[in-house]
Amino acid sequence: MKKKELLVAAIENGTVIDHIPSDRLFDVVRLLKIESMTSAVTVGYNLKSQDLGLKSIIKIADKYFTDEELNQLAVVCPNLTLCIIRDYDIVEKHTVHLPEELIGIVKCSNPKCITNNEPMRTRFRSVGSQLVCHYCNHTEDLKNVKLVQEEN
Amino acid sequence: MENRSLVSIADHTREKIEYLIQMAQEFERRPNRHLLEGKVVATLFFEPSTRTRLSFETAANRLGARVIGFADPKVTSGTKGETLKDTIMMVSNYADVIVMRHYLEGAARYASEVAPVPIVNAGDGANQHPSQTMLDLYSMYKTQGTLDNLNIYLVGDLKYGRTVHSMLTAMRHFSPTFHFIAPEELAMPETYKKYCRDHGIKYVEHTEFDADVIAGADILYMTRVQKERFTDLMEYERVKDRYLLKLDMLAKAKPTMKILHPLPRVNEIEYSIDDDPHAYYFEQARNGLYARQALICDALGITLEDVKNDKTIIL
Repeated sequence: MKKKELLVAAIENGTVIDHIPSDRLFDVVRLLKIESMTSAVTVGYNLKSQDLGLKSIIKIADKYFTDEELNQLAVVCPNLTLCIIRDYDIVEKHTVHLPEELIGIVKCSNPKCITNNEPMRTRFRSVGSQLVCHYCNHTEDLKNVKLVQEEN
Repeated sequence: MENRSLVSIADHTREKIEYLIQMAQEFERRPNRHLLEGKVVATLFFEPSTRTRLSFETAANRLGARVIGFADPKVTSGTKGETLKDTIMMVSNYADVIVMRHYLEGAARYASEVAPVPIVNAGDGANQHPSQTMLDLYSMYKTQGTLDNLNIYLVGDLKYGRTVHSMLTAMRHFSPTFHFIAPEELAMPETYKKYCRDHGIKYVEHTEFDADVIAGADILYMTRVQKERFTDLMEYERVKDRYLLKLDMLAKAKPTMKILHPLPRVNEIEYSIDDDPHAYYFEQARNGLYARQALICDALGITLEDVKNDKTIIL
């Protein structure tokens, strides 16, 4: 008989972010600024998933995010699931919703856009499955968006 | 503080467009005034554009303002690595309004967000050129007596031509019918056709350009078919003369139909048409002066009432 093993250890309190497509894991890490956190973080990378092929999961102990922080993840993973854990139990489940406006998150792919030539934050508004640059009006397909590398 | 900048014509309501047209009319009646005496208008041209710059500077000069600025970006600190924001902040200390042309798209929107004085966009890359749109609208209004329900035929480069794109946005308030006449390579992009459908703007597409096609036009808006836009030069040679407007093509035109062109013209309108009563492109350029007088005054917070009651007119 095969023994079923939990690949990523359970946490007592905190946030679990599941169903991250593996190629977007590091985008999620960057957007939530996980690299600068001091609490315990467990990352599962390239786990088998029936829906996604390979998925990733992040468990962050003793940390709860604001809706604003979490909704920006919809840019890279619209189907993300979030669980709030208290005393080893899931007390809340969340999905993410794309915010109407995204500031300083997405890079404009138009090389002639002012945001790629001036030290400033990008700004996009979401229209259906597209993002429109507030400055140059260039549209980005959500499937192909690139994130800004560093916060200004 | 209310931001009085003009970045895009899409920001304006129908009422605002009509208001600016009325103001332009006042300036056409009496273009020379001391209305802006004591004011300094900066014209910052990070990309050369003699025609637009002269028009703005004449507008300011005829209203008594002093003009500072540069026409050639090579003389600015931008070449030394200064940011746009720093240049704008510096000039804001000197001028009451900044008229700006920039090669980067979105530059005017950004400048309007950082500058303590209003910005008038005189063109930002391929993005927006609202003063051109304003003078186009004023020209259409003047020649047709209304902006409502016009049949507007756009000819030539409808893919890259920002003037035709801005016109679609501005005219959404006035239930026009557009006719797009262009070679396949330069056809109206799907995004703008979708914009028309989403806003209930009627449009018809043509690839032929002859007397029958343009017979229903109120406005025939010609644009330049630029050689550098073509990947296949053979294709350019094949289509370039097909979109040349010839005198005999006007045989079936409505008597009130007017031909507009943002200029410079290269090979789109036969020179023999210049003396035809349908030709309107030179008057159109002159209308730019009055439209820009209105835009500068509006940016400075001068109202239509102020212009009507102005006691500084030079007769």
